[in-house]
Amino acid sequence: MKAGIEPILGRYLNCKIAGTDYRIYFEEAGEGTPLVCLHTAGSDARQWRHILTDSEITRNYRVIAFDMPRHGKSNPPVGFEREQYRLGRQEYIDLICGFCDAMELEKPVVMGCSIGGRIVLDLGLAHPSKFAALIGVQCSDHHKPWYDSTWMHRPDVHGGEICAAIVSGMMAPQSPTVSVQETLWYYKQSGPGVFKGDLYFYGAEGDIREEVSRFDTTQCPLYILTGEYDYSCTPENSEATAGRIAGAKMTRMKELGHFPMSENPAQFRKYLMPVLQDVHQTKAN
Amino acid sequence: MEVDDAGEGTLQKRVVDTLSKLPELARDDEVLIHAGRYASLDFIVTIGTQVCFVTVEQGRVVKVDSNPQKMRSSAFTLAAEPEDWDRFWQPAPEPGWHDLFAMNKRGHATIDGNLLPFMQNLQYFKDVMALPRQIWVKK
Repeated sequence: MKAGIEPILGRYLNCKIAGTDYRIYFEEAGEGTPLVCLHTAGSDARQWRHILTDSEITRNYRVIAFDMPRHGKSNPPVGFEREQYRLGRQEYIDLICGFCDAMELEKPVVMGCSIGGRIVLDLGLAHPSKFAALIGVQCSDHHKPWYDSTWMHRPDVHGGEICAAIVSGMMAPQSPTVSVQETLWYYKQSGPGVFKGDLYFYGAEGDIREEVSRFDTTQCPLYILTGEYDYSCTPENSEATAGRIAGAKMTRMKELGHFPMSENPAQFRKYLMPVLQDVHQTKAN
Repeated sequence: MEVDDAGEGTLQKRVVDTLSKLPELARDDEVLIHAGRYASLDFIVTIGTQVCFVTVEQGRVVKVDSNPQKMRSSAFTLAAEPEDWDRFWQPAPEPGWHDLFAMNKRGHATIDGNLLPFMQNLQYFKDVMALPRQIWVKK
């Protein structure tokens, strides 16, 4: 391998969001419209490294990927050891908006995957004028927990191993082994109970089917991209979601699963580039 | 190694015959054996109406018994129809048949019993059950 320094710059943001002090790690590259990337439950912003190093994207976008508190290099808030982590819908919305405000991002595009793909729907409903566009990857307005999530956090089952083994089958068999294993590595490094805590709002606040029809895509365009091998958020789930939102643009992605940006970056790019070009064109007009 | 099949017998028999080759498929896979080094148990795989006991000792698949005694005890059971195991063992399976959990969620397979050892060694058991992809021939 030829030695080389990637154009990604990593820094820490200290900020207060909804009364809590955070030290949030983020990585960025590029110039132009801010494109904020949200990682999946139980992982971190490294999932987006191929987007951050794609010169065709960073030519028009300032790509920013941050680790949620408790994930990657973002510490948990003070006192975390005395609480059971349960991510709530409002807390998640506040976190994303708080990050964007602290970074002074003007009309960013937000792209999220899995829980990040779901929360973009909530962002669009709550703050339609705040974002230039929203991109939901593996995005659904209805997620019903289908298995016993306590397996992910108990002393007699290894947390890293079980979280990785659970998500391993959410990727497409065509995805390159090296990329699949890198995606799993992030899960193996996740903190105890974090994956389970991230999924909490899916169970408690996971059904917004009645609300999403209010999503105004004339104010904020919405794109949905879903890999066909995802059995957690299926293409059918995403298609049903898009069917409830006038103007939503949904694409079923072939030979991809739940982690398109990290399990097979080249394949994901085929579907993402037209979306980013569309967003860029719309903004230019 | 290929599954001997002259077009005789049912799909169920072909699946059972293929499952019976797990010990040799796993024998030289040192990474797999290491991954399952803390697993020693019997588990059941059902193929339609056929019950097979798979015996694992410290990560080695030592036996597949397709003629087990009644009331024999096992840790857990993985059950699917022959058509579903067929689709699961394709080299590039269709969405929904590419993973045991995917099959379970989609209703193509069930996973029952004492799931603690299964979940403690989840990737190992997923990988063991996917071994026949190396030799499965679509009819």
